[in-house]
Amino acid sequence: MAAISRIRLLAVARKEVVQLRRDRRSLILAFLLPVFMLVMFGYAISWDVRDIKMVVVDQDRTVKSRDLVAAFAASGYFEIVDHLPAARNVLPLFDRGTVKLALVIPPGFSRDLGNGISPGAPVQALVDGTDANTATIVLGYTRATVQSWSQRVVLQGRTLTPPITAESRVWYNEELLSRNMIVPGLVATIMMIISALLTSLTIAREWERGTMEQLAATPVSRLEVVLGKLIPYIGIGSIDVAITCLLGVFMFHVPLRGDILLLAVLSFLFLVGAFALGIWISAVVKSQLLATQMAMLVSYLPAFLLSGFMFSIDAMPTPLRILSHLVPARYFLVVTRGIFLKGVGLDVLLWPALSMVLFAVIGLTLAVRAFRKELD
Amino acid sequence: MLREKMARIGGLVRKEVRQMFRDPRMSRMMFISPIMQLMIFGYAVSTDVRHTPLYVVDHDHTQVSRQLVEALTAGGYFKVVGRSDRAKDMADALDHGSTTVGIQIPPHYARELRDPDGARVQILVDGTNSNVATVALGYAEQIVRTHALTSLDRRFEPPVDLRERAWFNPALVSRNYNVPGVVGTIMLMMSLLLTSLAVVRERELGTLEQLMVSPLTPGELIAGKTIPFGLVAMFDMVVITAVALLWFRIPFLGQGPILLLAALLFLMSALGLGLLISTVSHTQQEAFLSTFLLMLPLMMLSGFMFPVTSMSPLFQWLTLLNPLRHYLEIVRAVFLKGSGFDALWHQFAALAAMGIGLLAFAASRFHKTVQ
Repeated sequence: MAAISRIRLLAVARKEVVQLRRDRRSLILAFLLPVFMLVMFGYAISWDVRDIKMVVVDQDRTVKSRDLVAAFAASGYFEIVDHLPAARNVLPLFDRGTVKLALVIPPGFSRDLGNGISPGAPVQALVDGTDANTATIVLGYTRATVQSWSQRVVLQGRTLTPPITAESRVWYNEELLSRNMIVPGLVATIMMIISALLTSLTIAREWERGTMEQLAATPVSRLEVVLGKLIPYIGIGSIDVAITCLLGVFMFHVPLRGDILLLAVLSFLFLVGAFALGIWISAVVKSQLLATQMAMLVSYLPAFLLSGFMFSIDAMPTPLRILSHLVPARYFLVVTRGIFLKGVGLDVLLWPALSMVLFAVIGLTLAVRAFRKELD
Repeated sequence: MLREKMARIGGLVRKEVRQMFRDPRMSRMMFISPIMQLMIFGYAVSTDVRHTPLYVVDHDHTQVSRQLVEALTAGGYFKVVGRSDRAKDMADALDHGSTTVGIQIPPHYARELRDPDGARVQILVDGTNSNVATVALGYAEQIVRTHALTSLDRRFEPPVDLRERAWFNPALVSRNYNVPGVVGTIMLMMSLLLTSLAVVRERELGTLEQLMVSPLTPGELIAGKTIPFGLVAMFDMVVITAVALLWFRIPFLGQGPILLLAALLFLMSALGLGLLISTVSHTQQEAFLSTFLLMLPLMMLSGFMFPVTSMSPLFQWLTLLNPLRHYLEIVRAVFLKGSGFDALWHQFAALAAMGIGLLAFAASRFHKTVQ
């Protein structure tokens, strides 16, 4: 293969920029998508479970039972919306989905509390289990509230020290904000979406419009076409990464604890791989419509679902865990979260960094090999 | 008159169906896309916290400390990925992301348990995935505390016996919640994409004008262009429900007809939106991108993956305008709660209103763009 000529390379790049500028909808997508996703995840949606709507069925009506209810109200997690006379009144509320938790304190609660008979005074926690995720967290808070209250009650009566103190500490995301988990992950997923949608068009478009013949007639080599086409997209991608990071840090106050330069270099490598993959798809399927659909299936969905962005890979069944190793976004996610939240350097991120290099090399090779100038 | 009308619509529907199946990709999309999404949402999208990696630093090396580690792994919540005698190794493992939770058991743990001051166990959690961290931390603290109490000779009984019961989903399986939700997203995706592509394709090929000079009225044209894709979406609904029931064994407590009626009402909104996209797109490519741009907010603000109750108030209010939100609430309630009209009439009313409104608006816009 001939040496790469800078003039030819830039000529291809310039042609691509001109073409891209005419494709209004793709450009809107490229620049609006990161902002849209950030606003969505930053302001609209989260997994943080707060202000859990609950009802209380207090059939004991004593000082102790009211004290337990007060502990729930004071915990900050719960919002008591109503008091009901009986447990059977709870079901219609669950049916309508207006209430997530019901605390049932049976008659005789405070009597059983003092007598020391096993297994303690019964209290019932009814939770709407339809959304298992929320329900698990709701139950966790319920347990914690009851436990700390009962410890206090015990301590009032006897002098008993709890035999164990669990000193729990959360690292990297001390307040456990889902925002801090989402924003660094978004950098990776947004890039996969944009690369999938943008680049998958580029070569297929040439085929569909018949300009491939014109391109074939010019002296540009395969490598020059692929690299030349990559340049404008890498430009867009870099701007997107910068927008996402800046908004994340300054608007959403996600900590950036690591080296920005390292983040930039690894993002660049990831972009090369992601866009090259898009060009490869485009060159293989030769139809714009099919290319976009393929790209969505091959890069967008896995990046969203199998990368550990939102769903923990550890909890997946083994075949999917193995499959997730083939998803480049998985490694890039380790990089962005590592640099943003953990502040770790290249020594820790060596393997994901090498994966980024490998991904870029494979992507480029595939793209150059699949792209044929010869016409059928 | 009516018979002629039906015959003309029927002819268009037949043409559309034939055209649809001439493209082999089409039938693949009809079957494979829903099945693939089902598999992903049935298996990958699990928000259950299980097999969380645990790193153990045991300075005590006694039977009691080993029992504590066993207690942590016994429930399937944690799996030990590494052991060491140095706290530094645990910190490194957290940095590398090779573990999510670290536990450090102090020397003389077994003895200190009996001391008046009690023992101290350190639990470190990687908070980068806040969702997993919250749940895993809760489990870990609970198990450590329970183990300490039970390993003591003195019969300690907690003064309060908290009996938990999760209604509608006793084992708290997130799949039971996620899989029925796929019905809504697939139906929406199919209706949006197929309707908009079909109309825009005619426009691209120039055959839309031929349809215009045929005796079809605009209303008949719209009916003929939406009915086939409505049928595809209904077909996908049946496939997904069958797989959910037979393969994933999702409990179904409600009544089929309620589900069917909700699907029909939801389809009106979905097909209306598909028609709207076709009026603002000139090429199939544009229609595809627009579908994608519309799907994203519709999915995110529907409660499909993110609970509506966790959204900020403004966005909670916005979700009321999203037909997918109402449809998903109906589907999930019918599947898991067995709810009927009395509990769901709000959602039904919203779906009906939005369906009629969107379809009418789309039809009037479509009418204008065609002429």
